[in-house]
Amino acid sequence: MNLWWVEVRPRRPQWDAHGAAVLAQMRSLGLHCVERVASARLFVIEGSLAAADVERAAVELLADPVAEEYVYGGADAPRGRADHIAVEVHLKPGVMDPVARSVKLGLADMGLRVDAVRTARRYDIVGLGSLEQLEFAAWRVLANDCIENAYLTGFGRHDDTPLAAPTPPQANQQVRCVSLSDLHENALQRLSREGHLFLSPDEMQTIRSHFRSLGREPTDLELETLAQTWSEHCVHKTLKSRIVYRGDPMPDASNPQHRSSAPVEIEYANLLADTIARATHTLNLDWCLSVFKDNAGVIAFDDEYGIAFKVETHNHPSAIEPYGGAATGVGGCVRDVIGCGLGAKPIANTDVFCLAPSDWPMERLPRNVLHPVAILRGVVAGVRDYGNRMGIPTINGALAFDGRYLGNPLVYVGCLGLIPRGLIRKQAHPGDRILLVGGCTGRDGLHGATFSSAELTETHADEFAHAVQIGDPITEKKMLDCILQARDHADGCLYSAITDCGAGGLSSAVGEMGSEIGARVQLETVPLKYAGLRYDEIWISEAQERMVLAVPPANVEKLLAVFAAEDVEATVIGEFTDDNTLTVAYRGEVVGELKMEFLHHGLPQQTRVAEWFPPDEPQRVPPQPIQPGDVKRVLIKRLTALNTTSKEWVIRQYDHEVQGGSVVTPLVGRGDGPSDAAVLRPRLDSDRGIAVGCGLCPELADVDPYWMAVAAVDEALRNVVCVGGDPSRTAILDNFCWPKCEDPRTLGALVRACQGAHDAAVAYGLPFISGKDSLNNEFAMSAEEAARCGLPQKLAIPPTLLISAVSIIEDVRRCITAAAKPDASESQFYYIGHCGSHWDEVSLADRLKVHRVIHRLIADGVLTAAHDVGSDGIAVALAEMAIGGHCGISVVEPEKDAQCRLFESQAGGYIVQVPHHKSSDLVHACLDEMLFELVGMIAPEWGFHVTLSDGSVESIPPDELEAAWKKGMFK
Amino acid sequence: MAANVRVLVLRAAGINCDAETVFAWEQAGADVDLLHINRVMERPQRLRDYGALTIPGGFSYGDDIAAGKVLANQLVHHLGEELRRFVNDGKLVLGTCNGFQVLVKAGLLPGGAGNGDWRGRVTIAFNEQGRFEDRWVYLRAEVSHSPWLDPGEMVRFPIAHAEGRFVADSDETLARLRTEDLVALCYVDAEGNPGAFPVNPNGSDDHIAGLTDPTGRVLGLMPHPERNIHPRHDPLGRGPSGRRIFDRAVAFLRAS
Repeated sequence: MNLWWVEVRPRRPQWDAHGAAVLAQMRSLGLHCVERVASARLFVIEGSLAAADVERAAVELLADPVAEEYVYGGADAPRGRADHIAVEVHLKPGVMDPVARSVKLGLADMGLRVDAVRTARRYDIVGLGSLEQLEFAAWRVLANDCIENAYLTGFGRHDDTPLAAPTPPQANQQVRCVSLSDLHENALQRLSREGHLFLSPDEMQTIRSHFRSLGREPTDLELETLAQTWSEHCVHKTLKSRIVYRGDPMPDASNPQHRSSAPVEIEYANLLADTIARATHTLNLDWCLSVFKDNAGVIAFDDEYGIAFKVETHNHPSAIEPYGGAATGVGGCVRDVIGCGLGAKPIANTDVFCLAPSDWPMERLPRNVLHPVAILRGVVAGVRDYGNRMGIPTINGALAFDGRYLGNPLVYVGCLGLIPRGLIRKQAHPGDRILLVGGCTGRDGLHGATFSSAELTETHADEFAHAVQIGDPITEKKMLDCILQARDHADGCLYSAITDCGAGGLSSAVGEMGSEIGARVQLETVPLKYAGLRYDEIWISEAQERMVLAVPPANVEKLLAVFAAEDVEATVIGEFTDDNTLTVAYRGEVVGELKMEFLHHGLPQQTRVAEWFPPDEPQRVPPQPIQPGDVKRVLIKRLTALNTTSKEWVIRQYDHEVQGGSVVTPLVGRGDGPSDAAVLRPRLDSDRGIAVGCGLCPELADVDPYWMAVAAVDEALRNVVCVGGDPSRTAILDNFCWPKCEDPRTLGALVRACQGAHDAAVAYGLPFISGKDSLNNEFAMSAEEAARCGLPQKLAIPPTLLISAVSIIEDVRRCITAAAKPDASESQFYYIGHCGSHWDEVSLADRLKVHRVIHRLIADGVLTAAHDVGSDGIAVALAEMAIGGHCGISVVEPEKDAQCRLFESQAGGYIVQVPHHKSSDLVHACLDEMLFELVGMIAPEWGFHVTLSDGSVESIPPDELEAAWKKGMFK
Repeated sequence: MAANVRVLVLRAAGINCDAETVFAWEQAGADVDLLHINRVMERPQRLRDYGALTIPGGFSYGDDIAAGKVLANQLVHHLGEELRRFVNDGKLVLGTCNGFQVLVKAGLLPGGAGNGDWRGRVTIAFNEQGRFEDRWVYLRAEVSHSPWLDPGEMVRFPIAHAEGRFVADSDETLARLRTEDLVALCYVDAEGNPGAFPVNPNGSDDHIAGLTDPTGRVLGLMPHPERNIHPRHDPLGRGPSGRRIFDRAVAFLRAS
């Protein structure tokens, strides 16, 4: 056995893009002393190769003939230069290495058979001043402790870099039982926490009684299965609990100004069923084809197809390992769509990040918390690499900044799919074989479901390293290609059911699919990444890129052939039964046997108390007019604010056009202004389209979560309406991210948000079709650490509700964007809506009239541009339209309504551009129903001129306006 | 009228622009087959059934090692002989984005079937800015003798890549590409003039966005013509100029 290494590095420093990116990152984290970083790729090859073979591999396969040079050597040959300051980063044993797999394939294509390949990276760094700085660079920038080892050279340190293949630990396979029956309450709780089960005392006792009644102890695998299936992540027990709410009454959305302050008590038998789901059932719309029961919701697109939509969160993994966390979040959400019905084809992704401000001072960063810039870079790269590589356009998203997201950033990822309407139902039958397809199973991602159901702490990065994993989008793409071929097979769909292997791994996927019938699995048949996994690790591993199919016996051979033809794993691991039991065996021995009834219905429903009282309400002061001469300063300040500034740095890294159906993408107009929503044509042979948008108003959480939810629904609707979406054909999704709900006030906030979401959905006619919640979004730290950073010991996020919207568009040729159109001569800009910054001043019925009017005006071709007005006010919205269109606008402050001033925040509303000759159509449509105010005219030259109601005029030079908005989140 | 034009669109692990590439060819009137590389490697003579071969965009084999490298390696070692024959028979080859990277790394561009002595002279490297970039660009056709392009015409397509920076080993190589008429397309501004970023969106040498082989029949380019074949594709509404590429190719094959 020979062992060789090949080191490949850029031939010229200016070709070292990776090194330059790393250098920029080091400097952005405060290592200003670094002058240069030279990066290199390292390949370790094991096999019977001669030196000439290695040379050939380097020349023909590993090194670019122009841009790179290489050196190679045997195991003992020294690498790099002893006098250099350097870091070598290697993957930890068991972490997936897709590049190594491709190298092996490439070598085989060249006729070189090798035993194993591993890859690593090397960085030679110039300018560091101390070992401490070297360690900082290694662990904060170059390597992630969860998945990588870093070997340092310099300042007296010279780590020995092992090249030989590391051996993953071999497990003892003896079946373990857990003695519950004689454990007291405290010991039960300790077991729950230390075993990473995160079950409540009630739940632990229910399990203990169940096994007492069976007269035996549970196996470790049974306990794990219950913990996964009963986790907050999988079963949403808080949202489904019985809740007694006490406190401020719910507003009356039809008459919000009618207010009563007498406290009330409201009981919800099941919060989710009584609010979110109830809205959908009340609306009872025939175009909702599948709601809540599947991995994604489905609405009708046309006579042949439906649109599936799912949005997920991946907060805790992304806090610890942003790149892997966000990437696997995308991967999981995409699999939810592939696993919807009998398989939807993913057509678009969305992403929303909530982070602490990007200028957060380093010295106020708690231990084991990544800086928001590092998180942003990581999650953007993760979403980018997964979506781009799978060939799914990332078309819509948002970013919100608030210091309370510091320890617990939020990462929402969404996916839309196209599904034939005849394939929306699925059902596994007894006798169907259980097939596991896609990637192999490893020790990665243990306890993801339970981990994400607990709060984060300073020690989580160490304790839950095993919950983090790296995605492999190409494996998922290969799997998708095969699944669609099996779905559209000439003999009909080859499988009867499909689901994602996500949180909880096989335990959740098989348990769920067989919940009505029963299933039996032989764990030794599961293909592994490496030997040595214990049976329960195989069962709960959340190794990525795997799905489970139920396949009638007659179709198994055909299905295996489809997957084999494209080198994708597919293995029979068991079968569905009719004994209503989940039976798990390993090498002939039963290691778990659970009644489906107990697994899926044994979880005791919780009863919880919620309360909410309004914060001391500040006196509502009438808006102050802006001072003459202050326009430029205020405008520039708002345009540069983190929540408003251009997200171009993020957006450009995503492919918006792959699949060829994009119509409106996130940057619009010649000047790359912001778009309110995206539009795409899911079928290339049709001009029918969908609009995708979102609403997110965490800043209102502190005022009243009820109105926060209403505002988020309204914003999501406004955004899709702005591009041409139809309010009467719009569906929405809810994603709640909340702090710990043990506190009745936090739970009260959740109740109010659910009620507000329900009321808005019903009033607007927007059905919820899918949703997900992530609770326990808090970061706990020690008192000293909290004091050092000037933070509370428990840093809870603001309650955050993301509403995502998808709307059907009859004809995309009618779509418009937010960019002002310079060619529409003498066109005018109107504000349409209601005035005022408070959501409780106008009824939802009156607000709906506005949305409908805008939709009709766009569908009739009256408008040339439309843009959502939010809390930044009318002037900022107009500035964004001018920047997008790269054209001048003369802004006029309306005189007649003092509320409607240019710089006041507005509770909803639109700015529209209308050609002069069509403005009478607009006036006619709005008259007597809503406010419409002329707020601007197109100007002959690129520029921004503001006339205040006192007659004073201020012109902002266009380049200053543009530069302010394009400054971005960081530079 | 000549027999139907048959086009092969190649698929492989990680190729992801196949559906819209097939659609673009169909819009131009071609009969299209979409085949996995495994099927072609099993029987390389299959190539003989087709008048044009397209390698679409994507991330073949994850762009592991380098963009397009592993698929290029497969073309060289499993289909080399048939590909040379394909090109020498007067047929057309198109590589877009990842497909272009594959053609360059397999030696088919700019050398063509004979590969010439271009090895080690040109490559496609990481974008100057060090990250993926999605952006619409203007392109001007430079080549004088390619069935795919009219000399001097302007088109507008999006780019979407992290590794699209055309790099030559020397100024002599760049000069030789011009003399031998191998530069297919250049990045320019709306007026047709070359310029710095973002006009040249990735730092390509001599603003080169695409190459042809000496016959002009093998074309590779980083931007995506198949993403501009619908009136609403171009966000600025400058027209579906990508259609021309496919229409011309079908007309050429019908006539030949």
